[in-house]
Amino acid sequence: MLKIENLQASIEDKEILKGINLEVKPGEVHAIMGPNGSGKSTLASVLAGREEYEVTGGSVSYMGKDLLEFAPEERAREGIFLAFQYPVEIPGVSTTNFLKTAVNQVRESKGLKPLDAVSFLKEMKEKMKLVDIDQALLSRALNEGFSGGEKKRNEIFQMAMLEPKLSILDETDSGLDIDALKIVADGVNKLKSKDNATIVVTHYQRLLDYIVPDFVHVLYKGKIVKSGDKNLALELEEKGYDWIKDEEGVEA
Amino acid sequence: MSKDDQILEEFTSKEYEHGWSVDFEADEAPLGISEDIVRFISSKKEEPEWLLEWRLKAYRRWVEMDEPKWANVTYPKIDYQAIKYYSAPKQSKKAKSLEEVDPELLKTFERLGISLQEQKRLTGVAVDAVIDSVSVATTFKETLSELGIVFCSFSEAVQEHPELIKKYLGSVVPAADNYFAALNSAVFSDGSFCYIPKGVRCPMELSTYFRINAANTGQFERTLIVAEPGSYVSYLEGCTAPMRDENQLHAAVVEIYAAEKAEVKYSTVQNWYPGDKNGKGGIYNFVTKRGICAGDHSKISWTQVETGSAVTWKYPSCILKGDHSVGEFYSVAVTNNYQQADTGTKMIHIGKNTRSRIVSKGISAGKSQNSYRGQVNIMKRAENARNFSQCDSLLMGDKCGAHTFPYIDVENNSAQVEHEATTSKIGEDQIFYCQQRGIDEESAVALIVNGFAKEVMNKLPMEFAVEAQKLLALTLEGSVG
Repeated sequence: MLKIENLQASIEDKEILKGINLEVKPGEVHAIMGPNGSGKSTLASVLAGREEYEVTGGSVSYMGKDLLEFAPEERAREGIFLAFQYPVEIPGVSTTNFLKTAVNQVRESKGLKPLDAVSFLKEMKEKMKLVDIDQALLSRALNEGFSGGEKKRNEIFQMAMLEPKLSILDETDSGLDIDALKIVADGVNKLKSKDNATIVVTHYQRLLDYIVPDFVHVLYKGKIVKSGDKNLALELEEKGYDWIKDEEGVEA
Repeated sequence: MSKDDQILEEFTSKEYEHGWSVDFEADEAPLGISEDIVRFISSKKEEPEWLLEWRLKAYRRWVEMDEPKWANVTYPKIDYQAIKYYSAPKQSKKAKSLEEVDPELLKTFERLGISLQEQKRLTGVAVDAVIDSVSVATTFKETLSELGIVFCSFSEAVQEHPELIKKYLGSVVPAADNYFAALNSAVFSDGSFCYIPKGVRCPMELSTYFRINAANTGQFERTLIVAEPGSYVSYLEGCTAPMRDENQLHAAVVEIYAAEKAEVKYSTVQNWYPGDKNGKGGIYNFVTKRGICAGDHSKISWTQVETGSAVTWKYPSCILKGDHSVGEFYSVAVTNNYQQADTGTKMIHIGKNTRSRIVSKGISAGKSQNSYRGQVNIMKRAENARNFSQCDSLLMGDKCGAHTFPYIDVENNSAQVEHEATTSKIGEDQIFYCQQRGIDEESAVALIVNGFAKEVMNKLPMEFAVEAQKLLALTLEGSVG
């Protein structure tokens, strides 16, 4: 589904990603862990097509196509979803209205007719149950005055509505208490299928208790320095990132 | 160039849609202004002597006045002798019904999306269509007259209802109120008149559509709305003009009189030609709009969506004379390229327990300048007056300006006056967030801008809200990309 080869990217001439290799197949859950500043969020942003990051080398193939050729909205329409670390506020635009615009533009790109109000509402009702989100929240201006938990839950709700093939969760656990974390993870798990894949970007292991990864990769200084199964996450939790830093230091 | 700037740059390059003109034969006055021109217009209209005198008095005052300089706008000096003050599409006679109207004229309005025929049959909106200096058609007249409602062109009203015109003309905006109002009073050529009798609730939206067609022509129309005790009317005006390289002057006057318990809702969707990308051409929109809540418990509500004109100078105001009367002003002003807007309102509280509410949303893009100018006056005898003002500005790019000039003058200690102001910028973050959900850039900007303007857009009559939303998006189209 996704094949990243030797990906290098920089922002304002500062090199952040220094050759990433990663392959994600349908049905898989990959966790990308690493200390602050290792390039985790950069990787998520580059995949979503954020333009302030410049790709300086390497390639990303998604469903057999060159992903880097596509505009951000085209990537989204092709099924890439990024759950933002800091969801953006849009005053005066309700989540419902926002999602209706999004869903219909995605449909349009596939040559489908826009959903009528009744079908859209029905769809919303179903997905609301899935992530346990309140209707009142969806009528409010998008993310405006939302608590941290509400914002993240809203991201997962949007994910449910857009039914992506590849979901990238960027530090979705940050700022969540344990109850909110469980709800969000529960939503992600319900949306999992053998056809879609998830990349979980996180600093801490605790989210991985709830969203169990098939693979864990450790990103450090712009490179994946270690890969393993879920036990690697536990090892990291126990030993801390210094362990990786020390090992890397020795190698370098 | 940052991403933001690029986006804005491209989004600003959309062309004006209504920029075409039509060649129909016109009956015109020679260039320039003088007492003779005033007489010429008056005689064209076969006006009574008192009206000619009223015009001449206004003209004589105008000659002595100076153009106002306090607004936050700059434009080259206007040569008032280079303007044609009267231009009328030639029709053999004033049409009695739509069937008699020149098909070319009807087609013109159809191209603008205002099908006079269709309007007549399909929607609950009565339209008075004004091209250049004269009204060419008014729909739904018969239906309205059954209720005693008068809705006709101003010229017609002068002939058919002289007593009403004589009583109310200039009663809210005196002939020499300001420079542009005085000019209008001297040379106004047509406009709409509407009279709602006591206790009547007007069953449909009344609408005037203004179109400037001829070159070198100014449009000076006058609208007068009189709402008798306990009546209600919702009124909408729309306007467009062809793309021309020279600037054209539009100096209109709107007067509203609301008697006891009467309510008037006045909405404007202003889409005059704004000039091209480099600031060439466009309409100078210098308009005086004022309503008086003369009776107790009366209410006047202004809603405006201002997207056009090269320069806008406009302050729809309310004089709250009746006790418990209410004045409202809801405004969205969008400026792009080199457009300049200085717009706002005045709320003059005279009566007891009067309330006013001001919600102004300014959106600036390109190299435009957008100013809110508002005045709230609480007079001595206005016990327990209340005002709430909110001015929000949204900036797109870093070459435009947003300004707020609130004036508050309180002479009664029981008053409560609140003013809130915010300034924000459409961020790359917001646009990227939308894009990541599959929404393209232009739709993202439209979504964000409409969200910002929502509170005001919600005040527009249903029939026009959708149009106005599209217009907002169109005006800003090309300023992001």
